[in-house]
Amino acid sequence: MTNLYQSILLILPEIVVSSVLIILVLSDLIFHKDKRVIPFIAGLGIIVTGAFVINQFGITGFAFQTSSQTVRNYGMMAIDSFGVFFKLIVTASSLLILFFSHASNEIQKTKDRLGEYYALIFGMILGMFFMISATDMILIYLSMEMMSLSSYVLAGFTKLRDRSSEASLKYLIYGAVSSGLMLFGISIVYGMTGSTNLYVINSLIQAPQINLFALSFAIVLIFAGIGYKISSAPFHFWTPDVYEGAPITITAFLSVASKAAGFALLIRFIKTTFVSYIDSNGSWTLINVFDWKPILIGISILTMTLGNFSALWQDNLKRMLAYSSIAHAGYLLLGLVVFSNQGLIAILIYFIVYLLMNLGAFLIVMLVANKTGSEEIDDYNGLGYTSPLLAVSFAIFLISLTGLPPTAGFIGKLYLFIALVDAKMIFVAVIALLNSVVSLYYYIRVLKHMYLVKPTESTATVVPSLNNRILVLALAAPVLIFGIYFAPIVDLAKNCLVILGL
Amino acid sequence: MIGFPILSLITFLPVLGMIIILFLKKEQTAVIKYTALAITALQVVLALVLLMNYNYSAAGVYEEKSFQFIEKFRWINITGISWLGTVKVDYFLGIDGLSMPMVILTALISFIATLSSWNINHSLKGYFALFLLLDTGMMGVFVSLDFFLFYIFWELMLLPMYFLIGIWGGPRKEYAAIKFFIYTLFGSVFMLLVMIGLYFSATETLADGSKVFTFNILQLMNSANYTADGILSSLNPNNMRFAAYIALFVGFAIKIPMFPFHTWLPDAHVEAPTPISVILAGVLLKMGTYGILRISYPVFPDVTKQLMWWIALFGVINIIYGALVALAQKDFKKLIAYSSVSHMGYVLLGMASLTSVGINGAIFQMFNHGTITAMLFLIVGVIYDRTHTRGLNDFGGLASQLPIYTGFVTVAFFAAIGLPSMSGFISEAFVFVGAFSIDAIRTLTIISTLGILLGAGYMLWTLQRIFFGPLNEKWANLKDLEFREYAMFIPLTIVIIFLGVYPSAMLNIMNTSVNSLVNLLSGNINITSISGF
Repeated sequence: MTNLYQSILLILPEIVVSSVLIILVLSDLIFHKDKRVIPFIAGLGIIVTGAFVINQFGITGFAFQTSSQTVRNYGMMAIDSFGVFFKLIVTASSLLILFFSHASNEIQKTKDRLGEYYALIFGMILGMFFMISATDMILIYLSMEMMSLSSYVLAGFTKLRDRSSEASLKYLIYGAVSSGLMLFGISIVYGMTGSTNLYVINSLIQAPQINLFALSFAIVLIFAGIGYKISSAPFHFWTPDVYEGAPITITAFLSVASKAAGFALLIRFIKTTFVSYIDSNGSWTLINVFDWKPILIGISILTMTLGNFSALWQDNLKRMLAYSSIAHAGYLLLGLVVFSNQGLIAILIYFIVYLLMNLGAFLIVMLVANKTGSEEIDDYNGLGYTSPLLAVSFAIFLISLTGLPPTAGFIGKLYLFIALVDAKMIFVAVIALLNSVVSLYYYIRVLKHMYLVKPTESTATVVPSLNNRILVLALAAPVLIFGIYFAPIVDLAKNCLVILGL
Repeated sequence: MIGFPILSLITFLPVLGMIIILFLKKEQTAVIKYTALAITALQVVLALVLLMNYNYSAAGVYEEKSFQFIEKFRWINITGISWLGTVKVDYFLGIDGLSMPMVILTALISFIATLSSWNINHSLKGYFALFLLLDTGMMGVFVSLDFFLFYIFWELMLLPMYFLIGIWGGPRKEYAAIKFFIYTLFGSVFMLLVMIGLYFSATETLADGSKVFTFNILQLMNSANYTADGILSSLNPNNMRFAAYIALFVGFAIKIPMFPFHTWLPDAHVEAPTPISVILAGVLLKMGTYGILRISYPVFPDVTKQLMWWIALFGVINIIYGALVALAQKDFKKLIAYSSVSHMGYVLLGMASLTSVGINGAIFQMFNHGTITAMLFLIVGVIYDRTHTRGLNDFGGLASQLPIYTGFVTVAFFAAIGLPSMSGFISEAFVFVGAFSIDAIRTLTIISTLGILLGAGYMLWTLQRIFFGPLNEKWANLKDLEFREYAMFIPLTIVIIFLGVYPSAMLNIMNTSVNSLVNLLSGNINITSISGF
């Protein structure tokens, strides 16, 4: 039983999240007259979770080791610093989303259902935590479903708006199809190897008698499931509609936390299942069964190009940011295609930066929408003159999303390109760079509306409350500071590279 | 030498001014204006302090210890782990003969442009805040010796420039602003790629003997620092130095702007408000040619020699094409914009000669073009303020109305044509002498002299159309210059004539460095043997 006890110690953060989830459901019943206390419980829950996650720094181990027969006795979950890093990203974005929810008119209008809202967010967090650590395909599937089911409901949370219901339904249908495909892929792999554990599969697929065609087919199916979560092309079609229709807090959450969990899963899946050897320079040698490189390069380029070019035509800022987040998924995949620790470090750095700048951009859109009730770009005309703080911060976030110095977005892109050049993939780097030139056009278009168009009578004057002003500055300041002094984020990323295995 | 961080001060002083301005109230327009003026005036004073303490015999270019006013400390220092080496970026400033003229030019032009900003009539606070940020970006480019830092400053000025054209510009300002931004970004992403490529190809030896990859421009010039398998290392048989050179060159050429990347310039100039045109022509265009001299030439001397004919060819195209298009213009400002394209061609031609005379001429031409074209744009601004038109055919006979103005215009026009006793003559002569002495580009040089003729053509024709002939009665009551306008024109006129009569004042500053650069390019010296590395 020591095994079980140790395992439970290793999943303390997940246990905390589940407890908070239960407390939230209960307190929703207890305080059904006055629900003001619920957000505070949720906030406290996140902070406690964060403390437990940080406490896991440096701890490594496998939880729930399945079978004692195999020589390599690996478990269902791997606890390592890579996982801790992504759990921190999820925790940090959840905390910010709680603040956003508190400031959002859209959410606050649905006061009597607030308990469900926060409980479902914790449901998502729980799913993500398991996704980040899962090393067994059953757990991978279950955790993805756990997260998805919560997010389907959340996407349609403001159910009185048609768009929101549409978003929820679309999300559900696409999600069901892709998880069906993934499950099919998992079953094929299980049929071929007799195991669902990634480490076991890793050693088994190195055997010469493996059927490469069937394996490749299964991998493509599994990738469809994960690709859907990170909204990479060609599984990205749901993204714009869902992002536009969902409440903006949930859109922001999906675009950062859910993407982070998806990437963590993808990286862990590829690294544990397909990497046979890591040399002293940190570059990974893949098992010679499935050639990930050209496929991932193609998907990455397709994703960023489609995302950027579609974003050019968007007049709704939520939709534009949706396409922009597709494009960013493409950039992030670049960090993976180099198959090296250098690329991995770039992804981690990019996620820190992406968390700040993307949530910041959504926050501004939300604050403006609170006032104007819409996200159309024309509502931003002259905003720079009536609401200077918001407009300047928005400018900082958008410039950072473009990837120009002296913002943190530049550092994120820089490390990706460093990884690409180091791997001598110049051609891919050129395409990615040209893509960021294209992206300048639609990001700067917002600045054009804010500053180059004079304010009119209809221009809203958005004066955020003190709390919201602090929130905006708390996101904008690090974007600038890390742009100029980026050593801390690189150091953090550098210390979070340990992925258990091998 | 002074131990005081004067280069940081001259670079970041405008940011300080920007912060002060941001704390002022919107209504305090006079305070805002005088703050900006005081800051830029102080910058000029600092530039003069630099000049007085300048050591004329120190070469710089590739030798760290002969750079002046050096400031160097570790900015980013990320300790390495097994597979990821130490990452270090230095905050490394210093000037030599290549950058000193540009520092003086930036300070001077910023000051004059502030004076000419007096007529900006809306959103003054934002205008001067962005203007000063732009100033920092420009100064930073000229003083930084670390490629990473250089790149940050290079990109830093894009956004202020976008807003300055986009908010305070003319009717098609939005189009012009975004065109400028996208063009420049297109160029600079290639620069970024080359920067990363160089980073992975060259190492620097630290004090403790360990080798780390480096962004230090001086270390990148030293062929001994290159690793055997770096993609931009000449030791690697499959290196991509040629492609990288072209990519870097395109990045700089867009800023110059070199044909065929020049199309953003007329739009930006025509739409920009006068002071921004002055900054654009006076300083920004120089960053392109400066970048080539500071980075492309010494880091890639091998490729430079292969491509010198092509650089000269594009220089000649710029000269002739710019002049021909200028002849066809009916808009005063557009004419000056194209004359600018033509004049920057001389810089390219001089640089392509790879001779001491030619490069001296090129840098001198950069400085002179900065002062002369700035003055030409101010001239356009003055007449536009009074008449609200820039059509060359809308005027006539203004000489009798505005005699003093006409006097300054004549000086500026003659300087632009390259009349002896004006600074433009000396630099163009040097360029021709340098280029003519090289067999490979002699024919091109001969063709390019046609540019002088065409230049005289469009300049004199413009002079005639605006100032001579019968007076257009519409303009019978124009006022001549006021005090502020004297303050803009007189310093520039003095500089133009002084350098025309006594060019050594400027040539001496750059000569030592230029010789050293030419030696480096010709391979006469072996950097690796120099101690201090």
